[in-house]
Amino acid sequence: MDVHTWSIVGAVVAVSLGAIGPAIAEGRAICSAMEAIARQPESAGTISRTLFIGLAMVEAIAIYCLVIALVLLFANPFAH
Amino acid sequence: MSPRRAFDARCLQRLQRAITRERNAPAAIVARILHSIPIMSPLTERPLFFVDGVPVAGSVLTSFAITAALATCAALVTRRMSVLKPSRAQTAVELLVSTIDAQTREVIGRDPARYTPLVGTLFLYLVAANSVEIVPLLHSPTARLETTMALALIVFCSVYFYGVRAHGLVGYLKHFVRPSPLLAPIHVLSEATRTFALMMRLLGNVMSHGLVLAIVVSLAGLFVPIPVMAFGLFVGLVQAYIFAMLATVYVGAAVEEVS
Repeated sequence: MDVHTWSIVGAVVAVSLGAIGPAIAEGRAICSAMEAIARQPESAGTISRTLFIGLAMVEAIAIYCLVIALVLLFANPFAH
Repeated sequence: MSPRRAFDARCLQRLQRAITRERNAPAAIVARILHSIPIMSPLTERPLFFVDGVPVAGSVLTSFAITAALATCAALVTRRMSVLKPSRAQTAVELLVSTIDAQTREVIGRDPARYTPLVGTLFLYLVAANSVEIVPLLHSPTARLETTMALALIVFCSVYFYGVRAHGLVGYLKHFVRPSPLLAPIHVLSEATRTFALMMRLLGNVMSHGLVLAIVVSLAGLFVPIPVMAFGLFVGLVQAYIFAMLATVYVGAAVEEVS
């Protein structure tokens, strides 16, 4: 296989495997936030704001994988 | 050959290569041409024209237009403000500003008057820029690396600006060696990566939504992409909120009193 094929395989692996971890993490975070809001509905505002910020942090990991995939596909340093 | 000619020639070459490669998928090719991100990478953009050799792309014009529209709206609404008989527009804008004020106050924990201009401008610009995708022929400027990089740099610089203003230059730079000088490299690394993440989060979300939309358009017909576009509006709003909120958190961390 040449560099291009390997790049496509690499991009697929990067996105598909890189999405699993953040997906699990975001699910757990939302689950805990839901429980917390159900227990203390009066602090829903603070909890959901913190949740959004935390989700953004977790999501950054998945987006790094997307960036790697895009670099492999469109700005590959090894392909001509 | 002028730079624009060279650019066009390269694009045409790629297009022809793609057409010979996917002869059985004319719909995909048409959709790609219509979306003006033809066979090109989503990380680059075709310049519309050149000013003294400096390429000017469509997203720059869109960005300028959004800025002008927002500034005009703000000027028109705040022209005849009245305490006793507020107009409808004034009431709506007051609601918006007081909501942003309240959010900023909750995060920073002090008078938000200094920080609302930054946070509110970022939020309003991002809402407009992320939603402009639904206007035909226009694309979100935030789907381009340059725009998000500029926004992230604004946040990066304003963190230092507010931090230095609150603690003085030496006082602010001291936070790098707190609690221990050993952690200084980690602090520097975190400053760099969080700015990079700010840039990439916005870019990744908005751009990937545009790509998904292009793929759906090329696979299905005219009306199928509408729910996808509605979801994209929601994603754009959430990303604008997150960007503004993270900017507030970073600024708040810079100005808070060191115990």
